[in-house]
Amino acid sequence: MASTEVAGTLPATRERRRGRGVEPVVFVLSILSALVFWELISRTGVISQRDLPAASTSFNELWSMLQTSHFWWSFADTVRGWFLGLTIAAVLAIPIGILLGSSELASSAFHIPIEFLRPIPSAALIPVLFLTIGTNLRSEVFLAAFGAFWPLLVQTIYGVKDVDPVALETARSFGVGRFERFWRIKLPSAAPYIATGLRISSTVALILAFTAELFMGTPGLGQLVNYAQSYGLETQLYALALATGFLGLAIHLGFSAIEKRALRWHPSQRVVGT
Amino acid sequence: MSQRRALKIGLEIAVPLAILAAWQAYTVHLDSSKFPRLSTILVEFRDMWLFSQFGTHVVPSLERIGLGLAIAVVVGIGLGIPIGLSRWARLWTMPHIEFWRAMPPPALLPITVILLHSIGNTQKVAFIAFFCLFPILLNTIDGVRSIDPTLLETARSYNIPQHERIRRLVLPAASPQIAAGMRTSVSLAVITMVLAEYFSSTNGVGYVLLISKNTFQFTPMWAAIVLIGVLGYVLNVLFLFAERRVLAWHRGWRASQA
Repeated sequence: MASTEVAGTLPATRERRRGRGVEPVVFVLSILSALVFWELISRTGVISQRDLPAASTSFNELWSMLQTSHFWWSFADTVRGWFLGLTIAAVLAIPIGILLGSSELASSAFHIPIEFLRPIPSAALIPVLFLTIGTNLRSEVFLAAFGAFWPLLVQTIYGVKDVDPVALETARSFGVGRFERFWRIKLPSAAPYIATGLRISSTVALILAFTAELFMGTPGLGQLVNYAQSYGLETQLYALALATGFLGLAIHLGFSAIEKRALRWHPSQRVVGT
Repeated sequence: MSQRRALKIGLEIAVPLAILAAWQAYTVHLDSSKFPRLSTILVEFRDMWLFSQFGTHVVPSLERIGLGLAIAVVVGIGLGIPIGLSRWARLWTMPHIEFWRAMPPPALLPITVILLHSIGNTQKVAFIAFFCLFPILLNTIDGVRSIDPTLLETARSYNIPQHERIRRLVLPAASPQIAAGMRTSVSLAVITMVLAEYFSSTNGVGYVLLISKNTFQFTPMWAAIVLIGVLGYVLNVLFLFAERRVLAWHRGWRASQA
C-alpha cells in the first residue's frame, strides 16, 4: 500500500505545481465559451430564439428580475420552505438515526420499513398534500422534510454503526460513562456520515420545496415558474431556471464545504493526491 | 446468542406488520374519505394494477424509465471515462457538470417542453435521461480517477493500445463505483418519471396520480402512491441483485484482501 502512495504522490504534486495558474483561467474560459455557444445557437437560429432565448437575453431578464421585490419575496419563500424542511428533517433524523444505529435490535426491527419507505419518491405525495393540508407553507415544509429525512436517517445509522468498537470498549473499560462515550466517541465518529447525509438532504429539500411550489402553487420560485409557463413567458422561464440553478449550486457548495470540514480529520482526506 | 437472533428476526417481521396494522386501525378509526382504509387501498391496488391497467399505465412509465436510464448509462460512462482520464477535460467540463448536477429537476420541466416541442415520450425520456446522467457521470469520473496510477503507467509502458487499456483496465476498475452511481440513478429515474408525467402526459403512473387528484378520487390516488413505492423498491432490489452478480469478482477480491 505504501508503494502506491509514493507512486501517486509524485505526479500529483508535479501536476499541481504546473497547473496552479492555469486552473482559474480555464474555469473562466470554459464558462465563457459555453455562454458564447449558447448565444450563437440562439442568434443564428439553430434553435429559434423563441424556444431558446439567447444567453444575453436570459441574463438580462434575470438582471431585471433581480431588481423587483416580487422576485426576492419568492426567493425568500423558497429558501424558507427549504430551511424549515431541512431543519425538521435534521431534528428528527439525527436523534432517531443515533438511537437506531446504537441498538442492534432496533435497527433490525425498523430495517424493512426504512428500506421500503426510503426509495418512495416524495413527489408522489403531492396530490395527497394538495387535497388534505392544502396549498400552503405547511404542505411545502412537510414535503421537503419528508424527502430530506430518509437520506439523513440512513447516513446517521451507518455512521453510528461504523464507530470503532475497540475505541468504545477501551473507553468503557476506563470507566468512561455512557453520556461521555456518546459525546466523545460516537458523535465525532458519526459526524462525517451525518455531514454527507446533510449535503444530500439539503439538495433533496430544495428540489421538493420547489416541486411543491411548481405543482401546488405555494408561494416561491416554483410558483413564478408556474405563472411564467401559463402566460408563455419563455424568457422568464430561462431566467428563473438560472436563478434556481444558482440557488441549488450555492446550497450544494455550502454543504460540501461543511462536509469537508467535518471530514478533515478522517483518514479518507489524508490520502495524498486525491 | 441464538435466542437473540430469533428475537431479531422476529422483530424484523413483527414491526412492519405492526405498522401496517396500525395504519389499518387508524384509518378505520378516522373513517375519512381522504384517508381510506388500508384494506380498501389494497383492494383498489389489486383491481387497478394486477393487471387491468398495468399495460395502459405502468408499461409506458417503465419504458420511459428504462430508455432514460439506458441513455444516461451510455452517455455517462462514455463521457466519464475520457473526463476521468484527462485533467484538461476535467478542468473544462467540471464547472458545467457542477452547475447542472445542482439544478433542481422540476425547474427544467417547462423548458424541456419548449425546447423539444414535445409533451410525449421524447420530452419525458430526455428529462429522465438528463437528470439520471449526473450520478453516473460523476461516479465514473471518480472511479476512473481513483485507479492506481501505477497500473495505468504499467499498461502504457507495455504498449497496450488505448482502447484495450480502457476495456480491460479502466472500465473494470471503475465499475464498482459506476454501479454505485447507477443505483442512485435508478431511484432518481422513478422520481423524474413521476415529475414528468405529473407535469404533462396522457398516460403513465404519474398521469393516474394527476387525474385522480383532479377528480378527487382518493382511493385510486393512494393505490397509485403505493404502486410508485413498490416500483421504487422493486427496481432497487432488482438492481442490487444484478449488481451483486456482475460485480461478484469485486466482492471476492475485497474479501481476499480483508
